[in-house]
Amino acid sequence: MSHALSRIPASSKPVVSVRGLVRNFGNGNVLDGLSLDLQPGSFTALLGRSGCGKSTLLRTLAKLDPAPKGTVQLPEERAVVFQEPRLVPWMRVLRNVTLGLRHPDAEARGLAALAEVGLSHRAKAWPLTLSGGEAQRAALARALVREPRLLLLDEPFAALDALTRMRMQGLVETLWRAHAPAVLLVTHDVDEALLLADRALVMENGRIAADIPIPLARPRRHGDPGFIALRSRLLAELGVDEEHLAAREPQRTEARTAGPPPGGYGLPAGAAAAPSR
Amino acid sequence: MTAAAATRTPGRRSRAWTLPAGLRRCAVPLALLVLWQASVGFGWISTRSIPSPSQILTAFWDLTVSGELAVHLLVSLGRVSAGLAIGVSAGTVCALIAGLSRRGEDALDALLQMLRTLPHLALVPLFILWFGIGETPKIALVALGTAFPIYLNLFAGIRTVDAKVVEAVSTLGLTRWELIAQVILPGALPAFLTGLRYALGVAWLSLVVGEQINASSGIGYLAMTAREFLRTDVIIVALIVYAILGLLADLIVRLIERKALVWRPAFIKE
Repeated sequence: MSHALSRIPASSKPVVSVRGLVRNFGNGNVLDGLSLDLQPGSFTALLGRSGCGKSTLLRTLAKLDPAPKGTVQLPEERAVVFQEPRLVPWMRVLRNVTLGLRHPDAEARGLAALAEVGLSHRAKAWPLTLSGGEAQRAALARALVREPRLLLLDEPFAALDALTRMRMQGLVETLWRAHAPAVLLVTHDVDEALLLADRALVMENGRIAADIPIPLARPRRHGDPGFIALRSRLLAELGVDEEHLAAREPQRTEARTAGPPPGGYGLPAGAAAAPSR
Repeated sequence: MTAAAATRTPGRRSRAWTLPAGLRRCAVPLALLVLWQASVGFGWISTRSIPSPSQILTAFWDLTVSGELAVHLLVSLGRVSAGLAIGVSAGTVCALIAGLSRRGEDALDALLQMLRTLPHLALVPLFILWFGIGETPKIALVALGTAFPIYLNLFAGIRTVDAKVVEAVSTLGLTRWELIAQVILPGALPAFLTGLRYALGVAWLSLVVGEQINASSGIGYLAMTAREFLRTDVIIVALIVYAILGLLADLIVRLIERKALVWRPAFIKE
């Protein structure tokens, strides 16, 4: 499927175009006049505190939530991968992947997608027998087989163990390079955003508060100077000192091979007044 | 069965002492049978109260050879099948209407929830007045009794299909009908089968009651006429037939479950 890159049109007409999107839930706007363009083949990470509206934005782009005010232009070929694999338990893995596919050679395409995510040997398995990582790879194959021009990833690695998560991040990058969909990755994880994305958006109060390009060469490493600098900047945009983050999410930091953040763990614990969920 | 195998103590005890698991489970019922036969044989228990196992077997044999049992069995089976067919269909249709649409739920659910609290066997007098004493009241009784367990279970099953899975599938470009047929209904199948097993139990119960009132054929009729001639052996044959039919029905549903729910971890053999 290496022809995928050729699908990118020469003109950079955005594949997603959102203007003035407003969405409110009773006591306030979750999305407050948000505007956003995504270029074909771009990899964008969407960060922000819990409740900032990033999941609502992703669900709007997936057409799972309505867009009552504002304009949203989307490609027909969309696919979503959620935090949970959300496979249909009574369909075998291959059937899950090809569900809703209307090509005459759907099965062959499904098998090819499963091969790409390294799950060919589980094509005939029942979803409930898969491990967490396998199930999420099946969910990726289900998205991939639709040849999406827009791939929406809603914290797809959050429920996986640290090693599996690293493997999955590598897989997503490989698949993105091979098929070049525009990817929007919602994540809580600054390191994940810096590893994968070319552009990081920080949401606050229902708007894009910061739009930060990530011009790092690939493959990326946690220890690279550019990586560390961008990490500090992103964390600052999120309103969290690195020390606070270390105190709030010790298991995340531990899972990385990066060791203590450049600033060390110097601050007293009481200073870590991180916003709660 | 796996539980029995798991509880078997490994090694340790001598082989000569230990019976195979299947035989051990039968030991107590077999011993009771022997004791029963002996009690009747020695005259400790009157044949009027309860005949010996061998007498019951003889009665069973006689009824089978004369063809009487087969005739009554077929009649009873026919009533249960007709009643079940009507009851399961009605329960399914109502559950689909109420489960798949909000308006359907508003229209049906409250009414059916009210009706289900009524013990359906209490309707026998009314049914006799409405339908006379022919086949209709018996079939209607079975149908009414079986419709509710199907409705309740299938309705709950439809409503408890994993909403997250349905949402994910809704992004895959399925039509509403495909979503219902391929995702929602298969998801509700386990609940439906639970309802079906319960419905089968209710069906036999309804049949027993229905056939003991103004019947001129059927297993229940066989038992009622036997009472008039003090034939306890025939009554017990009728009871055994009911028990076997109930067991068979349950077995059939279990087989269907095993076929239809292969995706469940409990059924997966890897």
